[in-house]
Amino acid sequence: MNQPVAPNSFRTGPDEQGMFGIFGGRFVAETLMPLILDLEAHWNRAKNDPAFKAELKQLGRHYTGRPSPLYFAERLTEHLGGAKIYFKREELNHTGSHKVNNCLGQILLAMRMGKKRIIAETGAGQHGVATATVAARFGLPCVVYMGATDVERQAPNVFRMRLLGAEVRPVTAGHGTLKDAMNEALRDWVTNVEDTYYLIGTAAGPHPYPEMVRDLQSVIGEETKEQIMEAEGRLPDMLVAALGGGSNAIGLFHPFLDDKEVAIIGVEAGGKGLDGDEHCASLTAGKPGVLHGNRTYLLQNEDGQIKDGHSISAGLDYPGIGPEHAWLKESGRAEYVAIQDYEALEAFQLLTRLEGIIPALEPSHAIAEVMKRAPKMGRDKIIVVNLSGRGDKDIFSVAKHLGMEI
Amino acid sequence: MTGTRIDTLFAGLKKQNRPALVTYFMGGDPDYETSLSIMKTLPKAGADIIELGMPFSDPMADGPAIQAAGQRALRNGQTLARTLEMARSFRTENDTTPIVMMGYYNPIYIYGVDRFLADAKTAGIDGLIVVDLPPETDEELCLPALRAGINFIRLATPTTDDRRLPKVLENTSGFVYYVSMTGITGSALPDTGKVAEAVARIKRHTDLPVCVGFGVKTASQARVIGAAADGVVVGTAIVNAVANVLSPDGGMIADPAEAVATLVRGLAQGVRESRLAAAE
Repeated sequence: MNQPVAPNSFRTGPDEQGMFGIFGGRFVAETLMPLILDLEAHWNRAKNDPAFKAELKQLGRHYTGRPSPLYFAERLTEHLGGAKIYFKREELNHTGSHKVNNCLGQILLAMRMGKKRIIAETGAGQHGVATATVAARFGLPCVVYMGATDVERQAPNVFRMRLLGAEVRPVTAGHGTLKDAMNEALRDWVTNVEDTYYLIGTAAGPHPYPEMVRDLQSVIGEETKEQIMEAEGRLPDMLVAALGGGSNAIGLFHPFLDDKEVAIIGVEAGGKGLDGDEHCASLTAGKPGVLHGNRTYLLQNEDGQIKDGHSISAGLDYPGIGPEHAWLKESGRAEYVAIQDYEALEAFQLLTRLEGIIPALEPSHAIAEVMKRAPKMGRDKIIVVNLSGRGDKDIFSVAKHLGMEI
Repeated sequence: MTGTRIDTLFAGLKKQNRPALVTYFMGGDPDYETSLSIMKTLPKAGADIIELGMPFSDPMADGPAIQAAGQRALRNGQTLARTLEMARSFRTENDTTPIVMMGYYNPIYIYGVDRFLADAKTAGIDGLIVVDLPPETDEELCLPALRAGINFIRLATPTTDDRRLPKVLENTSGFVYYVSMTGITGSALPDTGKVAEAVARIKRHTDLPVCVGFGVKTASQARVIGAAADGVVVGTAIVNAVANVLSPDGGMIADPAEAVATLVRGLAQGVRESRLAAAE
């Protein structure tokens, strides 16, 4: 394959067709096409409207608790004996993860569009909870599609969503996981095109979702830039974030894409190893294909059938990846690696003991990668890792993996 | 006119003043051999066009019946290569019934667009319906297919307004597939008056035949829809006829091909009576 020429800027995508290089686009059924074009027009108006931005900022400050702190992880840094490690504390947000940043922006858009009903898909339940939360806050009925397998293994989040007034519909079609939940949400949308807003939780799906979710999550990277300048007087040497669909990662990375001195590392779920099928490393072990409205790296067989992934973390359990990450990989701007279940579990425990922070299993993958890299870097180097969610939801499955009863 | 079997068929039906019966079945459901015998039985039972379903793991625009059929086919080893082989085998005894392959883009993308079109042409494929390739993506497969002499049939829906219709119709050939409702395959049949209105609306923009689908299950529905349309598409009902004779353990209670033939004979009767009914 020809090595692509590095563009002048990595921050100009997508193009008018929603493409990041060959990735992204609008591969959807005709029924949805007019809706997606309408959504794009509304989004373009909203994102340039000072009133929209002001309302979002106000909610971010007083509802979510922004800005989230940039915290120097002193004990972890000492323990690893190399680069200084900072955490972007997205786990301190209302609802416990970065997901709420995107949900607030999209529900404001849904209100502007006059939509009367919100639907969403969820895997681990974090996006479902964040969506149910903003739907409650704005008084809109909300239906969350969740794979039947996930409904069982994420019972606390299912209960949270129900408390918040959302209807959780277990999806048994297919294999009952996140991709099937997304299929089902798309089916709901094609059936209820008039009044329904589909609030996608990650930076994937048909254009304009990858761009819109990225822009709404970019607050993470923008704040980080200001905060690290204040703390260190310079940009970090490295950013690290975990990816399922890739929304927390693109939110941290995007404002830094043109700062060439900043290395960018995305961490995928390596599950039980990349040799077999039990992982979710679409970028490191998949190949380009078309699913859920966009062309991106996918886990698939030689006939183009999509495989089910596996990860200890339900939030990373998706066989695709946001198209901008696919492009950042191909263009060489970002590096993508995989961390296995056991490594994430070790990082989870280490962080809990050293810093008194219980991270979600998703960012535990990012921490595990930092554990490998920081010791090899000088003490004058700086790493920022996105602590995208808190681990309360994971204590039951962690206990099970550690053979403990609670 | 592209000069495919589809064009020839509609020219002939126009003279007979009757709509086409377009029948969808899932390639490889429940297994290759049974599925091939279903395919062979379709024209004998009165189907005019065969839509050959290409199974996909994530059929976003389809209902549970077609999704389950695709999963049965995949479980029993169906691949895109096998689906093409099925068409080739069918063509050894039938060289007139148009075959339209219907499914999703990813298996074709992975097979390789050029290789797929060459193999499809050799296998005697006349048209393609690829659900997740709207006109904005015509460079991907639609234009290469037209260059290869294969019709690319586009879906128009109730959400496709007059402003958008010309774009949808621009590179469409063979026929236009009007999806009579928003929703997934196999849902309830919409108001027939609205269908006639919609067909008339599309016909203001194109000379191509307009076939109507999504929701047609019975002979009487086929008769009603056929009065307004150039063709009636039946899919989920056929897939269900197969599913109904399968036992949970994977065995067969009755011959799926015979079950499909019985249904299709009734539907064929329905479309043949539709213009007579309309004239009454």
